[in-house]
Amino acid sequence: MSLTESFRQRTAPQLRVGSRFRALPKSARWSLGALLIAACYLTPYWPDVPVLGWIVNTPGTSFENVLTDQIMMFILVALGLNVVVGFAGLLDLGYVGFYAVGAYTTAVMTSGQFSWPWIAAMPLSILMAMIAGVVLGTPTLRLRGDYLAIVTLGFGEIIRITANNSDWLGGPRGINKIARPPSFGPFEFSVLNAKPYWYLGFTVILIVIFVLSRLENSRVGRAWSAVREDEDAAELMGVNTFKFKLWAFAIGAAIGGLAGALYASKVGFVNPDNFQLQLSILFLAAVVLGGTGSMYGVIMGGILVAWIPERFRGFSTRRYFVFGVVLVLVMVFRPQGIIPRRTAAAGIAEKGDTNV
Amino acid sequence: MSLQLHGAVGRGAFHRDASLSVNDGDVLAITGPNGSGKSTILHTIAGLVSLLHGTLKCNDDIWDAPANQMFIQSEKRSCAVVFQDVRLFPHMNVISNVAYGLRAHGVNKQQAHAQSLEALSQVGLHSFEFRAPHELSGGEQQRVALARALVLKPQVLLLDEPFAAIDTGSRIALRRLMPEVLATFPGVTVLVSHDPADVESLANSHLAL
Repeated sequence: MSLTESFRQRTAPQLRVGSRFRALPKSARWSLGALLIAACYLTPYWPDVPVLGWIVNTPGTSFENVLTDQIMMFILVALGLNVVVGFAGLLDLGYVGFYAVGAYTTAVMTSGQFSWPWIAAMPLSILMAMIAGVVLGTPTLRLRGDYLAIVTLGFGEIIRITANNSDWLGGPRGINKIARPPSFGPFEFSVLNAKPYWYLGFTVILIVIFVLSRLENSRVGRAWSAVREDEDAAELMGVNTFKFKLWAFAIGAAIGGLAGALYASKVGFVNPDNFQLQLSILFLAAVVLGGTGSMYGVIMGGILVAWIPERFRGFSTRRYFVFGVVLVLVMVFRPQGIIPRRTAAAGIAEKGDTNV
Repeated sequence: MSLQLHGAVGRGAFHRDASLSVNDGDVLAITGPNGSGKSTILHTIAGLVSLLHGTLKCNDDIWDAPANQMFIQSEKRSCAVVFQDVRLFPHMNVISNVAYGLRAHGVNKQQAHAQSLEALSQVGLHSFEFRAPHELSGGEQQRVALARALVLKPQVLLLDEPFAAIDTGSRIALRRLMPEVLATFPGVTVLVSHDPADVESLANSHLAL
């Protein structure tokens, strides 16, 4: 046993939160879940709570804005990228491209030129990102491994450079005056009040989690994991691997587009600098850090990648040093990510589980 | 009913002519030194590699004929492979591994489960249902892989050096099992091996490369 490995086992015991939670009676699980969801909806008020407030607060920036502009987006994007990287095992280094397609679609459709309401632009943004996923995936998904990574890397850059050079998309100045979601009841979406964006965004996150967990345990999800583990074997056993890889790309892209649409309307303007390559790398870092293939893991990863640099803004330029230290620590102590994929951690379906 | 391949196979810089014909119920053994193209032929039949020229036919279906732009994708060929390095899905238990192909073909859960259990008992492993692949010996894993191939009732069964990566201890049981399984298998079997003893005990025709 290597030194790091023994160190790892002694210092990072399995907390088994997941299996402990599942061992609880149904009523306890429901009430705990409801409590957790309620607490999450109230996240904008966390900085007012003693101790917790000191931990989460982001000096120098409004916590509300960090929550909506960074954390919310990273959670959504990490969930979407996890479909591609975690479920289907395809390395995508240009995911920011789909995010940009979603953001720009909302921007173009709701500002000056077309003046659609936000609620109409939203589904179109998802659809456009999905189409971009299919357009990129169709020729490239026959490639494997490194080649796919390089092509996707190029795709992300192509989208950004196209936006930069197209007058119709505002060129380097970008597009402003993007529509906000319609107000409902006491919740008014405005520059001064970010809370409604969190309520909306968190609801969207819950829906995405629900849809993806259904998908993960469906025929599609099983095909994705078979392709991820052994593409040749999956193909020989009758899986149309290309089709399912394309589905992973399209669904991943759709969630990226959704995140982009939310981002555009929250911030109110987009320009090509919002969609740098660096963002793709951070998205991937969120997935890997949290636990590739584990939905709760990548949510945690998204939160940390978005929040750490803001929490340590007081360190000025050295805040990325803190971020780097955290990354290295996770790699050493939890190489599968903070919350690893369940099958990788716990082994295989237990006796009595007839899920074949 | 038969499998016929006439033409040239190749991958990368490697290419060679190949010609074979096997009837249902027969076992063809392909032998030859490393690099002679045994695996390439097998992968061509499976559809992981395409023919350079010529035709590959199973019964009256053309699987691969570059001259006519015909190529049936792997997943549509009635063909199952047992790999040299086993390659069970590590994230699924034994029964899920065996049932996976049936499920991918749209067989419902109960039927897939029943047929998979049957295939597992055929290889003597029906009590291993809920084990994880990594809990099994090399020989047991390869028997699961065999069940996983047989359960699909393929027209063509491809065995790529099935004993090669198995430790000597558990190889004996697999060696004893293999002739029984092949004797009842109704379709075409192609076995790649470099061990003359396997050819002797399992095959009824032989292609030396």
